[in-house]
Amino acid sequence: MSSAGRTLVKPIEQGVGPLSAMLAVFSRDVRVAFRQRQDLLNPLLFFVMVVTLFPLGVSPEVSFLQQSGAGILWVAALLAVLLSLDHLFRHDFDDGTLEQLVLQPQPLFLLILAKTLAHWILTGLPLVLLAPVLGVMVHLDGNSIVILCLTLLIGTPVLSLIGSIGAALTLGLRSAGVLLSLLIIPLYIPVLIFGTGTVAAAGEGASVGGYLALMGAFLVLALTLAPFAAAAALRISMSNS
Amino acid sequence: MMSEPLLQAVDLECERDERLLFQNLSFSIVPGTLTRVEGPNGSGKTTLLRILAGLSDAWTGQLLWCGRPRAHDRESFYRNSLYLGHRPGIKPLLTPMENLRALMAGRCPVADEVLAQALAGTGLAGYENVPCRNLSAGQQRRVALARLLIADEPLWLLDEVFTAIDAEGVKAIEALLQQRVEEGGAVLVTTHHDLQLPGMQRILLGGGQADE
Repeated sequence: MSSAGRTLVKPIEQGVGPLSAMLAVFSRDVRVAFRQRQDLLNPLLFFVMVVTLFPLGVSPEVSFLQQSGAGILWVAALLAVLLSLDHLFRHDFDDGTLEQLVLQPQPLFLLILAKTLAHWILTGLPLVLLAPVLGVMVHLDGNSIVILCLTLLIGTPVLSLIGSIGAALTLGLRSAGVLLSLLIIPLYIPVLIFGTGTVAAAGEGASVGGYLALMGAFLVLALTLAPFAAAAALRISMSNS
Repeated sequence: MMSEPLLQAVDLECERDERLLFQNLSFSIVPGTLTRVEGPNGSGKTTLLRILAGLSDAWTGQLLWCGRPRAHDRESFYRNSLYLGHRPGIKPLLTPMENLRALMAGRCPVADEVLAQALAGTGLAGYENVPCRNLSAGQQRRVALARLLIADEPLWLLDEVFTAIDAEGVKAIEALLQQRVEEGGAVLVTTHHDLQLPGMQRILLGGGQADE
């Protein structure tokens, strides 16, 4: 090993900007995920299975499915995101890349935001894209499907963001799965209620502007607060490990 | 001759699982010196390094970075220190090239040729595009060590760098550390390997006192 022609050691005054560091974190996560495609398919398969099994297990009647279809899709999507959360930091923690992330000079909450964004694009967004197909399967009408996809599009990033706090908090624990669910589910409930409520209101012909605005407010709230909370939780988990 | 200390620990104390690992530990790390942390297994070497790196908050006392409390300027500290831990920070699914590029991206992005040169410098020429999970444990550590050939950070904190490295590699790392110290870098290592470099400072753990 030799390092030819290195000059004398000087303090580093100017580091890498936060945006390019975020981009690096994001692209690494996406690259890793595409090297392990079966992990990407897991939440999608779960989503499809739950929605297909419901008519078989409860009732295949059109009136029942039209009434509860949006709820079924929302619950299935929520659980699919929940299942994928444990992976958000776990692998990085095990191989030491998380240590290096925490020690980067850029603000940690921005780097976590990049990770969470990658998580949403790899799990939440495919669910949203698959939802119209499953919506047709449970006999939702065209308008309801559009509204359903819209609520999922606003709602699933909220699920990823809130989930990042739970994933960071339970990182050092051996059986994190149960605790993670217990911590996170109560925070998911408002998103679920407003998500399905929007579709129900649209089905009754009511205006959905207010509902969507509230969901938008959830998203803004999660986007601005969750990365800070997750960063603090991550430092605590790191400190205890 | 003596320059300002980069990092200064004053009355450092750490308790873990209700066991006192060390107390009244004071030392300073000056540019151009190599410091070796010594002690038996479980004496807190890794814990001390994690504290110094800024990963662990389970300590009391004072840590000064360039003469000022480190908490006041964490960003400058993180920018100027490099920590290599037990876990190499290498993603098994990515190739050495991609791993190194990702690790450098947040600190000082360099051209791919420089990365390839660093990998070749650690004996990984020809492995640039093989997924790291197909490499041996020693080779994976060498990927992490390739950073040392590019890194510019004045302070290096290296935890057990010689683990899983063959005899020739150990010699090469020793030479690299020696050269780094001559260039004016500060290096702190924990190791069970019998490392002897001129002017080496030692911190003894296990008895609770620092010996300069």
